[in-house]
Amino acid sequence: MSALTAIARHEARRFFVSPLAWTVLAVIQFIMGLSYSLLLTEMVNNPGSLNQYSGVSDYIGGGLFGFSAVLLLLVIPLMTMRLFAEDKKSGSLTLLTSAPASLTEIVLGKFLGLGVFFLAILVLMAAMAFSLFGGTELDTGRLFAGLVGQLLLMLSFGAAGLFVSTLTKEPVIAAVGGFGLLLVIWLLEAMAHGGGMFADLFRHLSLIGHFENLRRGVFNTADVAYYLLFITLFLWLAVQRLDVERS
Amino acid sequence: MEHDILIEARGLTRRYGPNVAVQGIDLTLRRGEILGLLGPNGAGKSTTMKMLTGNLAPSSGSVKINGIDIAAEPKKAKQSLGYLPELPPVHPEVTVDEYLDFAASLHGVPKATRKAAVAKAKQSCGLNEMSQRLIGNLSKGFQQRVGLAQAIVHQPPVIILDEPTVGLDPIQIREIRSLIAALAQNHSVILSSHILPEIQAVCSRVMIVHQGRVVFHDSMQNVTAHTASRIIVQFHRPPVTLGLPGIAAVQALGEGRFMVTPEAGTDLREALVRVSVQHDWGLIELKTEGRTLEEIFVSLTSGDASQLKEAA
Repeated sequence: MSALTAIARHEARRFFVSPLAWTVLAVIQFIMGLSYSLLLTEMVNNPGSLNQYSGVSDYIGGGLFGFSAVLLLLVIPLMTMRLFAEDKKSGSLTLLTSAPASLTEIVLGKFLGLGVFFLAILVLMAAMAFSLFGGTELDTGRLFAGLVGQLLLMLSFGAAGLFVSTLTKEPVIAAVGGFGLLLVIWLLEAMAHGGGMFADLFRHLSLIGHFENLRRGVFNTADVAYYLLFITLFLWLAVQRLDVERS
Repeated sequence: MEHDILIEARGLTRRYGPNVAVQGIDLTLRRGEILGLLGPNGAGKSTTMKMLTGNLAPSSGSVKINGIDIAAEPKKAKQSLGYLPELPPVHPEVTVDEYLDFAASLHGVPKATRKAAVAKAKQSCGLNEMSQRLIGNLSKGFQQRVGLAQAIVHQPPVIILDEPTVGLDPIQIREIRSLIAALAQNHSVILSSHILPEIQAVCSRVMIVHQGRVVFHDSMQNVTAHTASRIIVQFHRPPVTLGLPGIAAVQALGEGRFMVTPEAGTDLREALVRVSVQHDWGLIELKTEGRTLEEIFVSLTSGDASQLKEAA
């Protein structure tokens, strides 16, 4: 297990010493800040839109998390592209594959390192939502559900992106491929709206449908299970892919 | 676990589709040995090394590191390995210290001794002044040294180096060579190269690989013993004939120089000096010109190339 933690710590460090990570954090924070102030302005100008079922937490928190999901879909493939593709290209993946570490430990280690970076995004997001505590009362349970959903969504994006990153040596191809894959899974929701015999199946498989519940503060085990299965599937695929490469 | 044989590979074969990169290589590495893997580009040296380090699964054959089968127990087997691949596996965005600390912890060096291990590896590879530098800003030669430091930081019994002196300047090459020789005191080393003097300088055993097969395998001692065959002598007052027993052929090179080929198993050097003094020929030069590793290499890898191809 020590190899796993060593890899996770080192990967997290590699994220935070790269300009890419800070640029991504800055861009996310800027856009989220913009959307946050827009939401606040809109609420202040339009207090009638609030009622007994929908308060500040839902309006600001929910709205913020809903918007961030789209942004993360665009940004996370850029973070995951380097995980394996860049290391393969530079040859530094050999350091890990010749070390006494299993492929599972390598994949999980890199994934956890990515998770540390996601936590930074999450903390910034939470800080914005919870800053409203100064002026009003908030539904913390609802906000926490939203944050859990946010984290699970990021980890799912990350797992899918990590898998795509194992397929190629070119980081840019990994980014484009990861983005395409995520968008398709996302769009399954739209296919579900089209009806037909697979409508239910598509709805269950779509990334966005499960996020909607959590975002609105509904903590459903099924949604959490969906994300955990999604993450496990793609990490498993990544391990398989690396194993195939070796033989 | 103390084993005298640190690497034992049997019948290593690797196919890429219809192409056979490596065919039936047997390799044994004993404690304290430096084995040189020599071959022209594309001979299968790197492929062999990838299989020995578990980075590539052989199509057939087996590898045992320190008595542990690498296919059955990869984690345990890899603990005894340090590997420097063709491209140094470095992370350009971190500092030398951070990188080596990670490499040490990855190989299970406990936290308490990690700092000392990193310091020792840096010392051995001449990286002391580079501790806080970003690896990406270092020159190719220093990156190569960082790669080497990574391979030895956990003091593995077996060190596998794929062309360790590529991209280094002549002084660095000498330093790396003496480092490798120093490492061989406590470790066993496999070293690949296509630079012959390098192998000749540091290796105790040499293996020439050509088109995926072993075409020559002997100890360096035998190579030099069998090959010290011709003697070049030069005299101030050259005689008409040398008149010594045991000479197979003499060829005059002009200006009093002769190339003397002795009969197999005889060493004429001492006799030549004695006879020169006796007759006052004025010996001013005497050197042996062996059938060098280079000649062996060239004859095996170019002369028989077409023949070997047919066999493969």
